[in-house]
Order: sequence, then C-alpha cells, then structure tokens
Amino acid sequence: MSALQPSELDRPTLARDRSAADTDLKSVTAALRRAEFGDRMRSLLLAAPLLVLLALSFGIPIVLLLSRAVYDPTIAEALPKTTAALAGWNGQGLPGDDAFAALAADLKDNRAKGTAYELAKSLNARLPGARSQVLKTVRKLESADGQAALEAMKSVPFWSAPTTWPTIQSGTSTLTSFYLLSALDLRWNADGGIERVPPEQAIFVQVFLRTFFVAASVTLATLILGFPLAYVIANVPKGLAAILIVAVLLPFWTSILVRTAAWTVLLQKFGLVNDFLLFIGIASDRLDLMYSRVGLIVAMTHIQLPFTLLPIYSVMRTIPPSQLKAAYSLGARPFTAFRRVYIPQVFPGVMAGCLLTFILCLGYYITPALIGGASDQLISNFIANYVNVELNWEMAAALSFILLVFTLALFGIFARILGLDRLKLM
Amino acid sequence: MSASQAVLPAASTTIARAAQAGAGAQGFVEFADVEKSYDGRTFAVTRMNLTVARGEFLTLLGPSGSGKTTTLNMLAGFERPTHGTITLQGQPVDRLPPYQRNIGMVFQNYALFPHMTVEENVGFPLSVRQVSKADIATRVARVLDMVRLKQFGDRRPTQLSGGQQQRVALARALVFEPSLVLMDEPLGALDKKLREHMQLEIKQIHTMLGVTIVYVTHDQSEALTMSDRVAVFNNGGIAQLGSPDDLYNTPQSSFVASFIGENNTLEGVVDRVSGKECRVRLNGGGEITALAVGATQDSACHVAIRPERLSLAPAAPGANALPATVDGRIYLGDHMRLLARLANDQVLTVKVGPEATMANGETVTVSCAPNDCRAFPADPGTGGALPKQGKTT
Ligand SMILES: Nc1ncnc2c1ncn2[C@@H]1O[C@H](COP(=O)(O)OP(=O)(O)OP(=O)(O)O)[C@@H](O)[C@H]1O
Ligand SMILES: [Mg+2]
Repeated sequence: MSALQPSELDRPTLARDRSAADTDLKSVTAALRRAEFGDRMRSLLLAAPLLVLLALSFGIPIVLLLSRAVYDPTIAEALPKTTAALAGWNGQGLPGDDAFAALAADLKDNRAKGTAYELAKSLNARLPGARSQVLKTVRKLESADGQAALEAMKSVPFWSAPTTWPTIQSGTSTLTSFYLLSALDLRWNADGGIERVPPEQAIFVQVFLRTFFVAASVTLATLILGFPLAYVIANVPKGLAAILIVAVLLPFWTSILVRTAAWTVLLQKFGLVNDFLLFIGIASDRLDLMYSRVGLIVAMTHIQLPFTLLPIYSVMRTIPPSQLKAAYSLGARPFTAFRRVYIPQVFPGVMAGCLLTFILCLGYYITPALIGGASDQLISNFIANYVNVELNWEMAAALSFILLVFTLALFGIFARILGLDRLKLM
Repeated sequence: MSASQAVLPAASTTIARAAQAGAGAQGFVEFADVEKSYDGRTFAVTRMNLTVARGEFLTLLGPSGSGKTTTLNMLAGFERPTHGTITLQGQPVDRLPPYQRNIGMVFQNYALFPHMTVEENVGFPLSVRQVSKADIATRVARVLDMVRLKQFGDRRPTQLSGGQQQRVALARALVFEPSLVLMDEPLGALDKKLREHMQLEIKQIHTMLGVTIVYVTHDQSEALTMSDRVAVFNNGGIAQLGSPDDLYNTPQSSFVASFIGENNTLEGVVDRVSGKECRVRLNGGGEITALAVGATQDSACHVAIRPERLSLAPAAPGANALPATVDGRIYLGDHMRLLARLANDQVLTVKVGPEATMANGETVTVSCAPNDCRAFPADPGTGGALPKQGKTT
C-alpha cells in the first residue's frame, strides 16, 4: 500500500510536468524562430545596399531591355488612325479605302511631326524593304489631300502587296511575338499558325547552334586540359602549388582584349604558331588559323581555362589522400579507386567549372569578333550588331531573351541533377 | 597504470604466450632489417626486426614521430622500405601493391567515402572483388550486425557520430575477411568514455574472428589493455617488445620504464655491481640497492621505482630504507599519493592506502625491495633503443 502511494501521487504531477514541459518547448521554439527571424532580417539589412544597387543597375535595366522584345509601341503610336481603321479588319485580302485614307493621314502627320523615318525603320524591321517605300509614299503625299491622297497610296504597289497590311495590323498591337519568333527563325503564316521562315532568311537557329557548339567545345577542351592540371596542383607540395596557381591566374591580370590580341599575333598566317608547325613539319603549308573556328576555340579555351580549373582544384584540395589510400587498401586498383572514389567526390567541382565556362562562353563577344571569321560569329556578336549598327533594339532584346532562357534552363537542369547546394563554384 | 593491468583478461596473456611460441620458426608478418628514410638523411624507421604471429594483437606504442605510422604504411604497401624485407605469410611483399595485399586498414580519420552510404562503404571491398550483389548484401548485413549498426545502413557517414563512423571503418576493414588488419590510432578522435567502449569492442571482435591485428596508438593504457604484445617505439626503432606485464614489470630501459606507467626516477652513479644487483650512490647523498639492468660499474644511472612498490612500512631485512619528509598528499579516493622528499631533495611519489594519516612535514622512512628498483644506464641515446633489441621475442 505504502509502495503504491508515491506512484499514485506521482502520476498527476508527472502529467502536469509534461504539459508544462510541452508549453515550455513551444515557447522555446517560438522564441527561437523569433530570434532567427531577427537574425535573418539583420543580415538582410546588411546586404540591402548591394541588393538595391543590383536591382537599380542590373535588374531593372535588364527587365526594361528584355521587355522590348515583346513590347513595341512605335507603330501603334505612329499610326493611331490606321489602328482604329484596322480594328475590325479580318486580315483577308486588302482592307477598305478608309484604311488607305487613314494610313495616308497618319503618314502625313508623321511627316509633320518629323517621325516618318522612325516609322519607316520600324516597319522595315518587320517587312524588309518597307523603309524606302514608306519614305517614297510620304514624299508623294506631300501635296495630296483627300481623294488625291488615296490615289497616291494606290499608285505605290507596295501598299497593295499581300503581306503589307497584315504586317501593319500586327504592328498596331503594342504587344508582339514577332521578334521572339524571328529570333528562332519562325513567323506567323497567313492562317495564323507558326511556320519556319524560308531557309534563305533563316539565320539565328544556326547561330544559336554554333554558339552552343563553340561553348561546348571550349568547355570540353578546358576540362581535358584543366582536370589533370588541377589534380597536379592539388597534389604537389604547397610552394609549387602556389607557383602553378599563379601561372594559371596570370592571364587574369591582363585584359581580355590584350589576351585576344595576343592570340591574333600568334595565330596569323605568318605568326608564331604557323612558323612552329612548319618548323616541326606537322603542316606542309601555312594554315588559316586566324578567322577560323579552330583559332577561335583555341583562344577561348585559353581565356576560360582558369574558370574551369579553379572550382575543380578547390574541390580536389578538400579530398584527403587517405581516401585513395583507403580504396587501395580495400582492394581497388588505381583506376577503380579513381573512378569510384575520386571522381564522384570531384564531380560537383567539375560540374561547377564546366557550367561556369559554358555559360560564359555563350556570351563571348570580343574574341569571336577579333579572331573568328564571318561564319564564326556567335550570338552576342549579332546582338551587338543589332544594338550598335542596325539600331534594332527589339531584335537585340529578343535574341538576348532567348539566350537568357536557354542559359537559365541549362542552369536549372544542372542544379536539378546535382542539387544547388552541392554545386561548388569556389 | 596498475589498474588497467589488473583487468587484463587472463586469456589474452595465454594467447600471447602461444603467439610467441608459434612465432618461432616463421611469423605471419616479418620485418627483416627494415629501414625507411623519407629524405635520405634521417631515418623514420631504423633497422627494424619484428615478427607478428598469426592471430596476435600487436600494438605499436610510442611517442609522436617515433615511426609507428611509417611502419604500418610499409606493411600496408603505401610506403616502400629503403632497406630490408617485409614478408607476409612467408611471401616477400616488396613488389606487391597495396590493393593486392589483402590487408584491412582502419585509418585515424576513418577515411570513409562521403559519397557512399554506410552499406556502400562496407560493400566497397567486396564489389571491387567482383562478389555478387546478393552475397555483398548478406555479408554487409552480417558485419554491420556485428558492429551493431544494422539500422544505419542507408545513412551517409556524415550523418553518424564519431563512434559509429569508427565502427563503419572497422566493418569495412573486416568485411572482406582479411587475415591481417592494421589500425592507425583508430580511437584517437573519440572521447575517453567512447574510446574505452570501443577498445572492448575491438578486442571482442579480435577474439571472435581470430584475425591478426597490428594496432597503433600513443596511449599506453590502451596498449596495455588490448594487446597480446606491445612494441614500444622510440626514435624509429623498437625499444622493447613484450607482453604488457613484461613491459610494466621488467622494462629494459629508462625510456620504457618512464613511458609505460608511472615511475619515480632517482639519478645516481653505480658504486659496485655484485651479481644481478648493484649499489647506487644517489646524486646529492644516499645509497640504494637495485637490479642492474644494463647499468655498469662507475657509470651514471637512473633508478626507476614504481610508486606502488614503495612503502612506508618498516623495511624488511635487505630492503632499501630511505629517510624522507612528507611534502604533499594527493587524495584519489581509492588510494593516496604521498610526495616524500629525500635527504638529497629528490621527491618520490609513494602510493599508500587512503587511510594514511601522515601530515606534511612528518618524517618517514620509504622502503622498497632491491628487486623493485631497476638501474638503467643514464644516457638515453644508448638506453636500450638499440635496433637489435627488436628481436626480443
Ligand atoms: N611523408 C613523409 N615525408 C617525410 N617525412 C615523413 C613523412 N611521414 C613521416 N615522416 C617523418 O618520419 C618520422 C616518423 O613519422 P611517423 O608518421 O611514422 O610517426 P608516428 O609514430 O606515426 O607519429 P604520430 O604518433 O605522431 O602519428 C617523423 O619524423 C616524420 O616527420
Ligand atoms: Mg602516426
């Protein structure tokens, strides 16, 4: 009896204790969460200046620029009357005379405002040859009004061509898929479906493929060259390793332009490389290394090597030699040990290095411009051309957008395969 | 360290004797005149002769840098001797790469493969030996069961505690049933409690499987509790090789005497040698009779006496009696240590019962039998670390 007493007494006490402990635990968790939230806010606050700077100088401009790929109000703003007149048109054949009259009036207005050239250029981007037609018509309309203006319009065959009015109509909508489709060598056909542009007009798919091919080749070359070098650096005594690292990083200390220029000196027809190849008798004639794909890949590989090598090296350095020793002692031959113990552990570094190089290669501009031939220009060279020469920012934006989407998709795939946390960039 | 001595299982001493007997003709592992130099100027291992018997638990014990790891690495095949031969089951292994030696090895930092699960880690030596998947599964399960890690099979090494990782490393080194397992300070990273627990487990596995184990440690109590025999390393050579009680009770050099267990060391000069015994004039006054272990007439010597061999009881006839004053008392629960200052100002530690009542400053007489005092030559350079002593099996 007396032995039972304490346990009977104990039970409610215990229960009370437990619930008290439970609430204690809850309040502890809550407090912990509050504390963590505070910590996170504080660290966010520290990063805030950088985040604001990034948003202002990087995020917003990119969004604005990319939006030009799909948002193009030039034609709609220049042709308000035509926009109204075409609102009910079904896109078949030619629109009614009111549309011709409205366009004539809009063109005269543009002439008066001095925006005719802008309009001509914008239409020309969508309809090759439109520029001269627009400017010619504007001149004809100078002294014509009403019926005369209508006749002046009809006298220019361009305005009665089958593709002209559908293009104008699509231009009057401020949102357009035209540039994005063009960036992939696609267009709307007359039935409202999407089709490939004729082969003689197709350029960008080929350029994208070329860009990916060059990027992949360079990535592979840097991996083949960089992996053994990283292994050596990670396994030699410290002093020697430091010297080798400096040797790898040395090119970083000169500008990319200088490095590229150096390669033009080496690769040109009467340059050192050709001299050497002739001297040792590998080549019987001087090779066209400049302005060639091979030369481009060689130069890019040189520039990209540290980007591939460093992440691999930094991972290799963390793998203790006892890992391979353990594998040997467990009966693995050197190759098996390397494949099953070393490679899997270096893999995140290899992936990170390759990804870095691949993505950087997609955006290469100076090196292809200086070393590549006409058929070695990469997508960035086209984007630059649209920005600087053609002043067609919409097309530049569309190409950039497609490139960005590809890059992000690639990054997503890598991150998915590997897990973002395992991607060891440095 | 008499405590660890007391718990030493009687069985292991028997094995040690058997091992020593068996080692006579041809050892399981044999080092013959093995030398190793990394830089061509200094020797990490000098002229080593060592025989390990089949089924033996041999520990290499020694201070840092004394060549234990180097010895183990040469046996495992990671380093090549610069001189001499190592034979394994009668076969010279100089040209045999590590992956063909069939030796299990447990590394100090475990060297588990972080990208594999526990099961994959343990299965690795089997899969590189082309064992079938089903066989691997059963054998891995069996060995994981043995190290009591059955439920952790699909975890990664980083998700395990230090002791668990240690057991995975052990399982991995045992799963392919090597006849020789090497362990380089496998318990060095564990806390004291876990270390003692793992010592027992390793010992049990050794008894159960009958494998030969060469074990490296610089923890002398670990060496004494676990081993059949211990090789005490000093300066790249074996200072003494013997069973734990040999090493504790009959150290052959001043280095071994002070490295293993606690010792009082008295400095003096040998006055005269008579038979096994010698009379030593202590520096600063006083005399003592001791066993002459290498000490020669008129040479400087060190006399080593264990604290538990000293007594405050009246000296028996023929025993040494040294007048002293109590200089301090250290209470340790089950016993007490008295610091007794001799007339020549040297301080002896005396182990007495916890009930001892001597007060500081009290005059006492410290006594000990000559058999418990060992006189070694004072020069540590020739104090028994001579390579030729390696063969004292
Ligand atoms: N790879 C190496 N290169 C050069 N010298 C070495 C190398 N490994 C060990 N040594 C030297 O050889 C000697 C013995 O080293 P070893 O590693 O065998 O000692 P140890 O007994 O295992 O010591 P610890 O208890 O500290 O592990 C040391 O003087 C050490 O400096
Ligand atoms: Mg060591």
